[in-house]
Amino acid sequence: MTILAWTYLLVGITFALYIGIAIWSRAGSTKEFYVAGGGVSPLANGLATAADWMSAASFISMAGLISFMGYDGSVYLMGWTGGYVLLALLLAPYMRKFGKFTVPAFIGDRYYSNTARTVAVIAALFVSFTYVAGQMRGVGIVFSRYLEPLLSSFELFSLDNTGKGVVIGMVVVFFYAVLGGMKGITYTQVAQYCVLIFAYMVPAIFISMMLVGNPIPQIGLGGSVENGGYLLDKLDGVLTDLGFAAYTSGQKSMTDMVFITAALMIGTAGLPHVIVRFFTVPRVRDARKSAGYALLFIAILYTTAPAIAAFGMYNFLDSVHNKKMAELPEWVQTWEKTGLIKINDLNQDGIVQYTSDPATNELDIDKDIMVLAGPEIAKLPNWVVGLIAAGGMAAALSTAAGLLLVISTSVSHDLLKKQLMPNISDKGELRAARLAAVVAVVIAGYFGINPPDYVAAVVALAFGLAAASFFPAILMGIFSKKMNKEGAIAGMISGLAITIFYILKFKFNLFGGGSENDWWFGISPEGFGTVGAMVNFIVALVVMSFTKAPPADVQDLVEDIRIPRGAGAASDH
Amino acid sequence: MHPEKTAKQYWKRNLRLLVILFSIWFLVSYGFGIIFADQLNQISLGGYKLGFWFAQQGSIYVFILIIFVYAALMNRLDREFDVNE
Repeated sequence: MTILAWTYLLVGITFALYIGIAIWSRAGSTKEFYVAGGGVSPLANGLATAADWMSAASFISMAGLISFMGYDGSVYLMGWTGGYVLLALLLAPYMRKFGKFTVPAFIGDRYYSNTARTVAVIAALFVSFTYVAGQMRGVGIVFSRYLEPLLSSFELFSLDNTGKGVVIGMVVVFFYAVLGGMKGITYTQVAQYCVLIFAYMVPAIFISMMLVGNPIPQIGLGGSVENGGYLLDKLDGVLTDLGFAAYTSGQKSMTDMVFITAALMIGTAGLPHVIVRFFTVPRVRDARKSAGYALLFIAILYTTAPAIAAFGMYNFLDSVHNKKMAELPEWVQTWEKTGLIKINDLNQDGIVQYTSDPATNELDIDKDIMVLAGPEIAKLPNWVVGLIAAGGMAAALSTAAGLLLVISTSVSHDLLKKQLMPNISDKGELRAARLAAVVAVVIAGYFGINPPDYVAAVVALAFGLAAASFFPAILMGIFSKKMNKEGAIAGMISGLAITIFYILKFKFNLFGGGSENDWWFGISPEGFGTVGAMVNFIVALVVMSFTKAPPADVQDLVEDIRIPRGAGAASDH
Repeated sequence: MHPEKTAKQYWKRNLRLLVILFSIWFLVSYGFGIIFADQLNQISLGGYKLGFWFAQQGSIYVFILIIFVYAALMNRLDREFDVNE
């Protein structure tokens, strides 16, 4: 069978599976729609959290990013996994004991204030929309790359192929997120995790065997290559000869490394679509264990990614750099057609030279190639290529669905039920949740088709905002009995404001813009969420010190969430 | 709940555990992976330089251990203070 036929088959089967699960697990009440009925096992929740968390960017782009950043790429690896320690030890068990449906619900109840609730809703919408647009875009890109003939065969509102891919993605997400709610999402995410991890690992294992003769990529990365010498030492040597920084030592300053890692960790722990997953397990101890499973499943991909990164870079240096144009391996020619590899023989010597100087460099590699070309590099059969397409889509769809759920529940529960229409029936609220999900899918699709110019910058924004708003507010809500609404609201607003200002200034060139030399204390916009979180903490503590302590019943609530016993199923009352 | 074993003590024990676990968390990531990475890179672990290994592999393994150790110790603490579910 051809690559295209395998791709149709595997993508078709997985989509049918997701929609089948959605129909089987249709939500009948708000409790099922919001928290899957609260009866998900810790293992299933761990799998679902891992799929929820790992986005199109984690699957397709992260390894390539590390390829070119080398040691500096460690910020993503440590940041996006270390955040789970914060989540597991500081937030998840207590949020589960609290036992409501949404993150704004916790903020609203703990800070006995609808103003706090509304600030949290706005922050949740902001974070989730910025993040979901990138996911829909990811679905479109994977579609257009692998199913180009299918997409070219029909017309749809005069959209380009990526746009048509986004629309197909919207229809699939619509099915299982709108019909199934959290219940549908949870079980599709379990399936999606299995698809994406299998797709990721197969090429990695074979490439590792090819290069270093070890089937475990995590160990292979420290192994030695065929013609002698450790792979990482060789990479360091060749890259420095070509004028790049050594692979295993970085260029970022130590301060910036620390701040970016911290911002990603705090942001991870503050992302509402990840936090709500811990409302779905039955008991506090399930929440603790479930976070461990989630990180374990995430780590399988995250410890493989740096191996794919180094193997990929080594492959390019070994089989493309300084080789005759006519004798390049077949996979290079295949991917040259897609534009992801560009070779331009500037000095006309018929040999490809890769250098750090743009004036003489003849090889231009898109970072996504490190994962996408994996099957061809390892000379794997056609079905593995189809699997990568299905895996990339699983990663994008699972994250998109989790985010859409946060958007819809924030609107139907925290705005309508808790504020605007307190008398709405459960049926009515469920209808509102579905309607909100539909609207959210359409808006997300619009941004997927017409993406803002700076998709990468938007991710920094989402993490920065989550770090500056939710994490401090929730943490102080649990660990400080005296934290009051005045402190929490002032903290969240000032943390958000300064983070938005800094990122708009240095990433979007507003407020006079500025270059690297103008960064405050040498902290890049990616790392500024850490400062935003600190500002939130400090402002909250200062304001708290001269305003009224929270009422007795709120202090009792804090006492109560600190003790595991009595965590009934997640409820509304 | 025994009278001498109050909710306050339970919380104190919990906080003490958190301080220990977060110290380890900080040490393996920010410490070994970033601040002391250059020094640790003088030591090799097979083909890995040790600082690089902590930044791209080791810290993540320790993170997983931390969460499972926390879950186990907290479950034990819950039973000791009779606040388990």
